[in-house]
Amino acid sequence: MSDVNLGMPPLPAPAYPEEVRARLEKDAAEVIARYPDSRSALLPLLHLVQSEEGYVTRTGMQFCADVLGLTTAEVTAVATFYSMYRRKPSGDYQVGVCTNTLCAVLGGDAIYAALQEHLGVGNGETTEDGKVTLEHIECNAACDYAPVVMINWEFFDNQTIESAKRLVDDLRAGRKVIPTRGAPLCDFKQTARILAGFPDERPGATAAGGSAGPASLAGLRLAKGEADPVVPPRSAGTRAEEA
Amino acid sequence: MGEQSPEKLLTPVLSASWDQEDSWTLDNYRAHGGYRALPKALAMPPDEVIAYVKDSGLRGRGGAGFPTGMKWQFIPQGDGKPHYLVVNADESEPGTCKDIPLLYASPHALIEGIVIACHAIRSHHAFVYLRGEVVPVLRRLQAAVAEAYRAGYLGKGALGAGGDLDITVHAGAGAYICGEETALLDSLEGRRGQPRLRPPFPAVAGLYACPTVVNNVESIASVPAIIDRGKEWFRSMGSEKSPGFTLYSLSGHVARPGQYEAPLGITLRELLDLSGGMRPGHRLKFWTPGGSSTPMFTDEHLDVPLDYEGVGAAGSMLGTKALQCFDETTCVVRAVTRWTEFYAHESCGKCTPCREGTYWLVQLLRDIEAGKGLLSDIDKLADIADNINGKSFCALGDGAASPIFSSLKYFREEYEQHITQRGCPFDPARSTAWADDDSSAHLEVNA
Repeated sequence: MSDVNLGMPPLPAPAYPEEVRARLEKDAAEVIARYPDSRSALLPLLHLVQSEEGYVTRTGMQFCADVLGLTTAEVTAVATFYSMYRRKPSGDYQVGVCTNTLCAVLGGDAIYAALQEHLGVGNGETTEDGKVTLEHIECNAACDYAPVVMINWEFFDNQTIESAKRLVDDLRAGRKVIPTRGAPLCDFKQTARILAGFPDERPGATAAGGSAGPASLAGLRLAKGEADPVVPPRSAGTRAEEA
Repeated sequence: MGEQSPEKLLTPVLSASWDQEDSWTLDNYRAHGGYRALPKALAMPPDEVIAYVKDSGLRGRGGAGFPTGMKWQFIPQGDGKPHYLVVNADESEPGTCKDIPLLYASPHALIEGIVIACHAIRSHHAFVYLRGEVVPVLRRLQAAVAEAYRAGYLGKGALGAGGDLDITVHAGAGAYICGEETALLDSLEGRRGQPRLRPPFPAVAGLYACPTVVNNVESIASVPAIIDRGKEWFRSMGSEKSPGFTLYSLSGHVARPGQYEAPLGITLRELLDLSGGMRPGHRLKFWTPGGSSTPMFTDEHLDVPLDYEGVGAAGSMLGTKALQCFDETTCVVRAVTRWTEFYAHESCGKCTPCREGTYWLVQLLRDIEAGKGLLSDIDKLADIADNINGKSFCALGDGAASPIFSSLKYFREEYEQHITQRGCPFDPARSTAWADDDSSAHLEVNA
């Protein structure tokens, strides 16, 4: 199957409703002001329009082109280059299983295969309830916590097949899910807004997850003579649910 | 255990306060000596700061090992153009996982380093290009920058007589190639992340065609400690050409994966000895010294000093010091195939050798892994890799060739085995982190 549409060229994208446009223009002005050259704001603005509709729509790209004085072709060229911009409606929670070599070997492949079967979806597909979009992802700079699963780009370290299945079940059942490192999950649109450069306003979000994960402290603990002589079990999954 | 204790071999500097409560906050950073170097540096003329960092011998921690002070010195002065500092926090090289925990636990070390560097190169605007896929880190970086503004370390008059300084935190959008410095600059300008032809180098025509320094997170974060504790202290660690401390990231089939901060020149054997070795009952088969783009090593290389010269002399590169260790249960063909799929996925498409070459490598490797290859495919792999290596626009192509060349050098028989036996002789279930959970047959640790 190809995404290429060989039919009539689409009509111009519909505009955002007036209220949405006014709100986004205000946000866009704030983003643009951070840069000496307005075009630098394009990546954050694509995150911003993704936070509005959950993916980068033609309307969103038209909006970026309008506020930056670019053509839609220029915006589309950029939006299609980067893998974090979704190009179709997707779930509230993006579950990415790292299947780059190290995570794959340590269990990422097995986790990914199990989740595909458990959820009945393939790569980039969304469960029927619209909750979970499953993806395999590349190395996410947490190799000392392999195998790693990212949900809405928060870290779920040292996963197993069972812990990953539990995670997606919890997400679909609307239960609260807490990453091993990072803040309690927000939905994909809220995540995209943080990526656009608008800080997470939830109290405690920045502090959540503690200063550093255990693997990050492995050398420091040894240097301070604090480490256990025995190997810690590599169990994990999520942190215990907080009351 | 080796002859020396971990307390003597390890030198936590950047990671020293990561175990403190709220380690990422300004208060905690200051309580552990943070922002003590800044007034010292601001009291020095900018050129003296550059000379000091140059004399310290600090080399880039992002992979190439270029002397940091020299990079700063290349910025033309009195040219009437704005100067920019761009921090490369696009940590994406497979296996590399040092900058992300650093920024998560101690973002102010970077911010203090940025202020010092901007004073040195006379820049009033710095950018931190953070990969987008790490939202918890983004939160803390945003919070730390806001704290630094409130405390007056950034903003109006932050550089004293040198003027103002702003930092913009910029989240990327998922593209490995943006870790390449010129692709990063194009991306930061709001374009597709494709590398630029050099010269001109970023020091002359970088961001917005203005003089720009692009430095790795760890390089910049190391500067405050050097200023605060002195270049002699820094040089007391490591070797003449590779002085100082650095973060080594141990991962894979090891007993205790994690971050280990040590003087440059420590060996993998020492790191494994002090951290508990490979997982019980298994032995090291192959490893990367600095991410997947650095040619792999085997157990023959356990005593190679992990500094720029030592690793280079042994036929690889120190890279990002991402020590990915794989044991005897791992199929090297599977590992290399997966890395190659990564390079093919991440190739930006700008130049033909990399775009086409990585594609064809993947086709051949998948066939070999599945037992459908021909013996002549092995030479074809080497030939294609040779047509990518050194003939591509940027280092991504060279990186893609590294696992091919090095695995063929050490494990050619394993490729042949896949072909002659018409399949993979390994059981992937034995490589997983939980493979030995029920096993009681623990043998001696054999690193």
